[in-house]
Amino acid sequence: MRSPPAHVLACGRRMKIHEYQAKQIFARYGVPVPRGYLATTPDEAETAARKLLQETGQGAVVVKAQIHAGGRGKGGGVKVAKRGAAEARDLSEKMLGMRLVTHQTGPDGQKVRRLYIEQGLDIEREMYLGALVDRDRRRIAVMASTEGGVDIEKVAAETPAKIQTLHVDPAVGLAGYQARALAFGLGLGGKTTLAKFVKALGALYELFTREDCTLCEINPLVLTAAGEIVALDAKVTLDDSAEFRHPEWRSLEDVDEEDPVELEARSAGLNYVSLDGNVGCLVNGAGLAMATMDIIKHFGESRGVAPANFLDVGGGANQEQVTKAFKMILKSPKVRAIFVNIFGGIMKCDVIANGIVAAAKEIGLKVPLVVRLEGTNVELGRKILGESNLAIQAASTMADGAQKVVSAVVV
Amino acid sequence: MSILVGKNTRLVVQGITGSAGAFHAKQMIEYGTRVVSGVTPGRGGETFEGTVPVFDTVAEAVRATGANASCIFVPPPGAADAILEAFDAGLELVVCITEGIPVIDMLKVRRVLEGLSGRTRLIGPNCPGIITPGTKGEGCKIGIMPGHIHRSGNVGVVSRSGTLTYEAVGQLTARGIGQSTCIGIGGDPVGGMDFVDALELFERDPDTHGVILIGEIGGAAEERAARFIRERMSKPVAAFIAGATAPAGKRMGHAGAIIAGGKGTAAEKIAALEAAGARVAPTPSDMASTLEAIMKS
Repeated sequence: MRSPPAHVLACGRRMKIHEYQAKQIFARYGVPVPRGYLATTPDEAETAARKLLQETGQGAVVVKAQIHAGGRGKGGGVKVAKRGAAEARDLSEKMLGMRLVTHQTGPDGQKVRRLYIEQGLDIEREMYLGALVDRDRRRIAVMASTEGGVDIEKVAAETPAKIQTLHVDPAVGLAGYQARALAFGLGLGGKTTLAKFVKALGALYELFTREDCTLCEINPLVLTAAGEIVALDAKVTLDDSAEFRHPEWRSLEDVDEEDPVELEARSAGLNYVSLDGNVGCLVNGAGLAMATMDIIKHFGESRGVAPANFLDVGGGANQEQVTKAFKMILKSPKVRAIFVNIFGGIMKCDVIANGIVAAAKEIGLKVPLVVRLEGTNVELGRKILGESNLAIQAASTMADGAQKVVSAVVV
Repeated sequence: MSILVGKNTRLVVQGITGSAGAFHAKQMIEYGTRVVSGVTPGRGGETFEGTVPVFDTVAEAVRATGANASCIFVPPPGAADAILEAFDAGLELVVCITEGIPVIDMLKVRRVLEGLSGRTRLIGPNCPGIITPGTKGEGCKIGIMPGHIHRSGNVGVVSRSGTLTYEAVGQLTARGIGQSTCIGIGGDPVGGMDFVDALELFERDPDTHGVILIGEIGGAAEERAARFIRERMSKPVAAFIAGATAPAGKRMGHAGAIIAGGKGTAAEKIAALEAAGARVAPTPSDMASTLEAIMKS
């Protein structure tokens, strides 16, 4: 379920949502999904299972852990209950609160807080269907494969011919012949099934563009014994740049799935990513922030020194944001030295300097601090730092700063 | 001695009455850019800073003031629309500074741009802009870069990152090396000009003698640039790729800067550029010295 497939380069981010939320969107647009209910307690799970068994007349329900990571099935986060609602309850008791470890969660796993109880289906065939923004073709790419329910990246790497890809002209939208071509490629020849697939794919494209997705993935898309086309799984990633026209997204967010430090940074308007190293970095601009991580590792890798974070304070940050950013670095227990690297453009060096001084005065500076300032108002910035009586090592260039901060950690 | 912008550029600023638009319009005027008009729908008839007429539409601004380039500071909800309006008004160059335009909007913009068959060029969005350094009357700055770090000369700079461009320019200027034109093409996954478009222009420009190319992880634009350098570029190119140490799957600020599905890594891009004959700087501190070394040899 890892995405996007290796042969298509998708664009970044961003906001992830749960399977049950994605399926609610699918249902609204007419992509067929199994019937299901959300449960956060074993009681709710049992009630949901009983309802489903009654409503569908089917003998089984599926209990699915809702976390923002793929590979749930292999990790034990998807179980079938064939012996009624009581079994669904037992499975739910075990699953709720467990730490589910998959190839996408990291070794600590992700705590299961929500379950989706879904009707069981009589499956004839499993396929793959996905749509994403292909940045190199500057089009939405739609992909389909006869190999469903397996890791699509593996399919792309080992048997790329088994994945069909087509690109949609945004001025025209998904054309009927394109949808039919994918259907025939999947071997969906019968007239009724063909029509059902074309309708589902049309709905998927429609929701992709209207809901501002960067990725929609159905793995597997199934053909049931009754000849229905159903999205058995659903993965949707939303373009966070489009949040301004989707006020409803606020309710889709699940803060339990986010890194608390990154969440705190985002609410302060900062761009922060936690990493494993020991040098705290404060930089303006994403490119310069990445390059700063690179140069620390260049000089420090052989001596066990690496960046503890990516932090871009951006171009328009005010002093409060800089103070907040610097405090976040100061508070991190793994940070053994700090490197501030600023090339002021819109960002003025005195704003950075004032922010650093304010934060250091408030929580104290207990680790070495190396500062490299360049650009707009650099003299004023250096003067503010100079008069602060903080123990600061000034650096003349990026390389000089990186070497100084590496030495500061090693000593 | 430049590409795309120079003393004949006549600029209209879209969003000139907003806070960012107003601030940077002033900075551009101060640098010497001919800012001939501004556009803010509903504010037509006003005058910006006592000298620049404001119009309701780009078409009017073009008719009345002969603008041939635009710089866009319109916030994300209206930014794609502003780009389309600039296209429709027949401008030769559109520079969009706005950060955070939805990718679905940019896919449509890109489709329209392709239909213009090269009549208009788009730089950005989410970019610092473009500058041809020079004294008043000679130089032209369209965007948000600090003008004072540049000096006129013969090195072209093209970059996906803003502040890393300033870093390269700062290094060049500190070594006494001037720039012909510096272009920030922006960090978004779908935009206008890419590296190849800029390299093509630098290759043709008699006053550009060497180029610094600054890429980052994600996408395949650097690989396409490498192919162009191998097949068509006679001038020396020094490069740097940011994000060699970024973990896969994490988005590093720019919407485009992410390693997805094991593709778009710095190692792949560096290998492609080296194989094409470009020299890749070992650290971001060595961009100017790397270019200087190959230009001398």
